Amino acid sequence: MSQTLISAPESGIPVKREITTRPRRSDRVFRGVVTSGALSSLLILGLIFFFLAFQGYSVLRSQGIRFITGSNWQVVQDAAGNIDPKQTQFGIAAMLIGTLLCALIAIIVAVPISVLSALFLNFYAPPFFKKIMVAVVDLMAAFPSILFGLWGFFILMPTAEYWAKLIHHFLGFIPIFQVNPPIFTRSPFVAGLVLAVMIIPIITSVSREVFSQTPLDRIQAAYALGATRWSMIRAVVLPYGRSGIVGGAMLGLGRAMGETVAVYTVLNIVYQVNWHVLLGAGGNVASMILLKFGEAGPQEIKALMAAGLVLFLLTLLVNLAADLIVRRSGGKGR
Amino acid sequence: MTSSAIIKPQKPWQASPRQRMNSALIFVAAIATSYAVVAATPMKGKLAYAFVFFVAYTAFDFTVNFISRGFAVAKDAVARAVVVVGISVAVFPIISILATVVARGWRGIHLGLFTHDMALNSVTDPINQGGLLHALTGTAILVLVALIISVPLGILTAIYMTEIRGRFVRPIKFLVQAMSGVPSIVAGLFILSAVVYPITKGYSGFVGSLALSILMIPTVARTSEEVLLLIPNDLREAGVALGGTHWRTVAMVVVPAARSGLVTAMILGVARIAGETAPVLLLTGGGDKVNGDPFHGPMGSLPFYIWKSYAVGTPESITRAWAAILVLLVIVLVLFVSARLLSERRSST
Repeated sequence: MSQTLISAPESGIPVKREITTRPRRSDRVFRGVVTSGALSSLLILGLIFFFLAFQGYSVLRSQGIRFITGSNWQVVQDAAGNIDPKQTQFGIAAMLIGTLLCALIAIIVAVPISVLSALFLNFYAPPFFKKIMVAVVDLMAAFPSILFGLWGFFILMPTAEYWAKLIHHFLGFIPIFQVNPPIFTRSPFVAGLVLAVMIIPIITSVSREVFSQTPLDRIQAAYALGATRWSMIRAVVLPYGRSGIVGGAMLGLGRAMGETVAVYTVLNIVYQVNWHVLLGAGGNVASMILLKFGEAGPQEIKALMAAGLVLFLLTLLVNLAADLIVRRSGGKGR
Repeated sequence: MTSSAIIKPQKPWQASPRQRMNSALIFVAAIATSYAVVAATPMKGKLAYAFVFFVAYTAFDFTVNFISRGFAVAKDAVARAVVVVGISVAVFPIISILATVVARGWRGIHLGLFTHDMALNSVTDPINQGGLLHALTGTAILVLVALIISVPLGILTAIYMTEIRGRFVRPIKFLVQAMSGVPSIVAGLFILSAVVYPITKGYSGFVGSLALSILMIPTVARTSEEVLLLIPNDLREAGVALGGTHWRTVAMVVVPAARSGLVTAMILGVARIAGETAPVLLLTGGGDKVNGDPFHGPMGSLPFYIWKSYAVGTPESITRAWAAILVLLVIVLVLFVSARLLSERRSST
């Protein structure tokens, strides 16, 4: 036995290779490199949290819960120019409310339009038309946000102001539609509309994808039972895709809450709590950061970092919810 | 003899001439109603025409279908009208945006735009002075550096999710999703707090690229993942069956097969960040001179130039902003269309 092994190379017969399931070294290196590359997303998100928390820690500590519940933002300096920690207040409640308000308006406007568009693309459009439309909607998702901002400011604003006056005229008795003083430009309503235009492509493509996964046998079963197209959609597609719509809406919400430049362009940022959606005063955490950043001192920049941390956590939370909801819809019925 | 006449194929699903005439009549009647109502009432404007037309069309359509075929069909007709309105409202802004940008940006376009920078001019100067050269080169450098950083990471993430399929696939999928939701201003603040304040202590193109890569990685990763999922498993099995190790199979078989798709992923990533404004405003400093060195000195870019010109607010500067947006939009369009063409060619072969 041992003799053949030793003599084998000389006679030209190759040595029997050891058969093993252990990965080779090249494979182990490969796995290591790819896995560490994939974990970079974890690393980056972790670093974002760490550094923003690190920079904003002193402000968060001195302000405590007031940072989220308070709505004063004032830096008080004493005679020597030092910052007075007792009277200096950083509270982002007004901006948080503004963020939610704009994002909610955007969702309320965008979701019905997007769902209808997705239904049209999947069940009504002729194939060639569908192809063009899908490309157009995807293209819109790739537009830079500053473009939406300028378009919103120069083109949409005059029209939206007119709509706002109509709403105020006919629905002014509802508290949130009151406008006093009568300033209709640069309101959260306009910002919400611009955000809606920005998130329609996102919600449309998520809903379209979920709708297209509707099991074909159920669709055909509905038709076979004599359903019209609309009753098929109501009985089969909408129940199947409901959580997909909600998930898409959450994704859009996350995008709308984090939008900076477009909101900054169209919204008149005033540091106060404003529930009147048609009144030309509002805010948004992201655009507030951009606004205050230019003239901020060291202490204020720390407060802005803390505000960024709050915004980051908020969008992370919304995305987590969206992810869970969309995932639940995908697993069903396939 | 008569029975040998060729029977015409019937298409019972097609609308009969009578039905077609009906729908044309409904259309005409709705237009007439909208003119009449707008003329008779104090409502005015395009919006009023569209609104009345829609209401009238839906009502007529509903009535005709209700009389001829019953309630269920009438509801179906209304649903069809509503869905068409939905897609029109969704597409209207994009047409408006494209038309506005071309109409307003056209006036600011001249040849000098691509050969001059703004070192000797201010944005309030007459439009035919100065140009975009600094912004174009700046954007190109920012995008290039961001590409170098984010493409390897993005593609490795995608390979992990499709080829290795380890324990972390689900969490990483979520993390990539979460990363694509990170607001651009947060990415800017992060680089500011992690790199600019402790290390570089100044503006440069490189730190801007770092922030842009954070925004680009998820786009590249997700598109590449989709592309790699389309590669048939037969190829992978064939590679392994020929004695290739896992590493050789991925590097020599799977990735080359997905090459054009991976290029598409890169292009889409570039389209995503080319117009990103907030991090550029925070980090790059936005110079007016051509600056070829990403590590030192402020660097101009298209979004910064647009922002700056818009903020000044004189007629000349706003025309400059629109012209720069037109250039940016053309770049994004070209990238997007080339990505489409690439992926289309792949799916057809």
